[in-house]
Amino acid sequence: MLRIVLERRAEPSLVMSILSPLLAVCLTLAASAVLFLALGKDPLKAMHAYFVAPLIDPWSLQELIVKATPLVMIGVGLSFCYLSNNWNIGAEGQYVMGGIFGGWAALLFHQSGSPLGVPAVMAMGAAGGMLLALVPAVLKVRLGTNEILTSLMLVYIAELLLDYLVRGPWRDPRALNFPQSVTFDVGIPILVEGSRIHVGAALAVVAAIGGFLVLRGTLKGFEVRVLGQAPRAAAFAGFSPARTTLLVFALSGALAGLAGALEVVGTMNQLRPTISPGYGFAAIIVAFLGRLNPIGVIVAGLLLALSYLGGENAQIMMKIPLNATRVLQGLLLFFVLACDLLILYRIRIRPWSRAGQG
Amino acid sequence: MDLATAIILTVVTASTPLLLAALGELVVERSGVLNLGVEGMMVMGAACGFAAAFTTGSPSVGILAAMAAGMAMAALFAGLVLGLVANQVACGLALTILGLGLSGLIGQGFVGQKLEPMAKIAIPLLSGIPVLGPVLFRQDPFVYTSFALVGFAAWFLSATRAGLILRAIGDNHASAHALGHDVLMVRFLAVLFGGACAGLAGGYLSLVYTPFWVTGMSAGRGWIALALVVFASWRPGRVLFGAYFFGAMSIGQLHLQALRGVLPDFLVLPGQFWSALPYAATIVVLVAISRARGRGGAAPAMLGTVFAPDR
Repeated sequence: MLRIVLERRAEPSLVMSILSPLLAVCLTLAASAVLFLALGKDPLKAMHAYFVAPLIDPWSLQELIVKATPLVMIGVGLSFCYLSNNWNIGAEGQYVMGGIFGGWAALLFHQSGSPLGVPAVMAMGAAGGMLLALVPAVLKVRLGTNEILTSLMLVYIAELLLDYLVRGPWRDPRALNFPQSVTFDVGIPILVEGSRIHVGAALAVVAAIGGFLVLRGTLKGFEVRVLGQAPRAAAFAGFSPARTTLLVFALSGALAGLAGALEVVGTMNQLRPTISPGYGFAAIIVAFLGRLNPIGVIVAGLLLALSYLGGENAQIMMKIPLNATRVLQGLLLFFVLACDLLILYRIRIRPWSRAGQG
Repeated sequence: MDLATAIILTVVTASTPLLLAALGELVVERSGVLNLGVEGMMVMGAACGFAAAFTTGSPSVGILAAMAAGMAMAALFAGLVLGLVANQVACGLALTILGLGLSGLIGQGFVGQKLEPMAKIAIPLLSGIPVLGPVLFRQDPFVYTSFALVGFAAWFLSATRAGLILRAIGDNHASAHALGHDVLMVRFLAVLFGGACAGLAGGYLSLVYTPFWVTGMSAGRGWIALALVVFASWRPGRVLFGAYFFGAMSIGQLHLQALRGVLPDFLVLPGQFWSALPYAATIVVLVAISRARGRGGAAPAMLGTVFAPDR
C-alpha cells in the first residue's frame, strides 16, 4: 500500500509559486470540459467559444482590456489587504460607491464643458470607494469588529443606495420610466481611437507597477508583508497594525472606487441599477490567482476578463448559461488555493506503515 | 387567526432559515474552522431541494437532497482547508461563488415552477392554545427541527464528551492532537454538520418560504447567519434569540413599507432604505458586540487557523 504524505519544505518553492497558478488554470480548463459535457454541449466547441474565440477577434480583444481594467485595479488594492491579513471582501460595494460618487461628479459637471470634469469624476470615485472601505477598517482598528462581515454588509447597502438613486432623484425624466440617469457628457479620455479602452486601462497598469514597487522596494511595503506573515515579528519591529489596516483599506477602497467611477462614466456612460457583473468579487479571485503580486494581478485580471467575455460569447453562440462563468470562476479559485499547497509542501508517496503514522 | 398571530407566523418563517444555518456554523466555528461559504451551501440546498422535490413530487426527498447538497459543498470545503491546508477565508469565498453559480445552473430548468406548500404538522391539544398554538405547535418540520437543533447543540457542546473534545480542538488544536484526538476528523464531521444545516436552511427557503426557485434566492441570509454566530458569542441559546431578532426586523421593515400613507411623513422613507436595514443592523450589532466584549473575547482561540499535523 502507498500513501500520500505532505512534507513541509524548508522554504517556499520559487518554481512552484510560478507553476501553481498555471496548474490551477489547466485544472480549471479540464473542469470546464466536464462542465460543458454535463450541460450537454460539445466540450471542444464550447471551450473554443469560451477561451479561444474572444482572443482571435480584434473587437473582443479590446473588450478584454475594457473588462480587465476594473479587475486589475481592484485586484491590486485587494492584494495589499490580503498580504497584510486584512480581509476586505466588500470591494464590490466600494466599486459601486465609486460609481455613485463618480456619477454624481458627472452629473454636477453635466453640460458644463469644464475640463475639471474628468479629474473630478476620478477623485470623487476614489473618495467614495475609500469612504466605504474605511468603515470596516475604522471599526476593526477601534473596536475589533470583524472586517469580513462589515465590509460585505456594506456591499448590499451600497447596491441599494444606487438602486434608490437611479430610480429616484437621479433618474433621467426623459428616459420613459427606465431606471437610468442621463447620458454623461464628461468624456473620459479614450486611449485607443475608435475603441472603448479609456484612460483607466493605463491607470490600472500604473497602479499594478506602482503597487509592485511599493511592496518590494519600500519600508511600508515590507510592513504590509510582515504583518501578514509574522504579526509578532511586526509587533517587535514596532510596526503599527492599526495604521497599516487603515492604509490598505483606504488604498483598496480608492482603487475599487476609481474603477467604478471610470466604468460608469467612461464605459457605461450612465448610472443603472446594476453597474457590475460581480467585478468586486471576481477581483478576489484575481488577487489570489495573481499570487497577491500586483504584476501577477495583471495577468490574472486578463484571464478573468476572458472568462466574462467567453461566457457572453458562449451564451450567444451555444446558449450556455451565464452561471457557468460563475461556476468556472469559483472552481478556479478553489484550484488556485489547492495548488498553493505545492509551494509550502512537498507531496511524497511512501509505503504504508503504521509506525510512520504518528 | 388575528393579525398579530399572522405577523408572528411570518416572523417564524423569516427566522427559521437564519436559525438553522447559524446553528450549523456555530458548531463548525466551535471546532476552530471558519467556513464563510454558508451562503453558497445554502443556495445549493435551495436549488437541489427544489429540484428534487419537484421532480419526485416528495417534499421529504427535497429535504434530504437539500441537506445532501449542503454536505457535498461542505465536504469540498473540508477537503481543501483540512486536507490541503488551504486558507479558510478564501476557500469560504470560493464556496460561495461556486455555489451561487452552480445553483443557478441546477435551478434554471425550474424557474417559474411552483410547489405545493409543505403540510404543517399540528401537535394535538397544544396547537389549540390561542396565539402560541399556531405559532409554535402548528408548524412545518423545519421549524420543529430548528428548535430541536438549538437544544441538541446546547446539550452536545456543554454536556457530552464529544462536545468537550470538539471545543478543546477549537480552543487548542495542538494540545488536543497531543492528547490523541483526531483533530482533522472531528473538524471534518463538524464541517459536514454545518453543511447539512445550511443545506436545510436553503431547502426551507425553496420548499416552504416561497415555495419556488429564484436564482440567488438566499439573498445574503448565509452572511447574516455568520454574523449571528458572532452576535451570539458562539452560544446556541443566543443564536435562537438573535435569529428571531433579525427575523422580526426583516418582517417589520416589510410591514413598515406597507404602512406608507398611514405613518407620519418623517417615517415615509424609500423602500430601499428599509431593505438595507437588516444589513445595517448587522453592522450595528457587530459593533455593539465588539464594544461590549473587547478584542477577541468568546471566539474559539483557533478560529480560522490551519492545522497540519506532522505526518
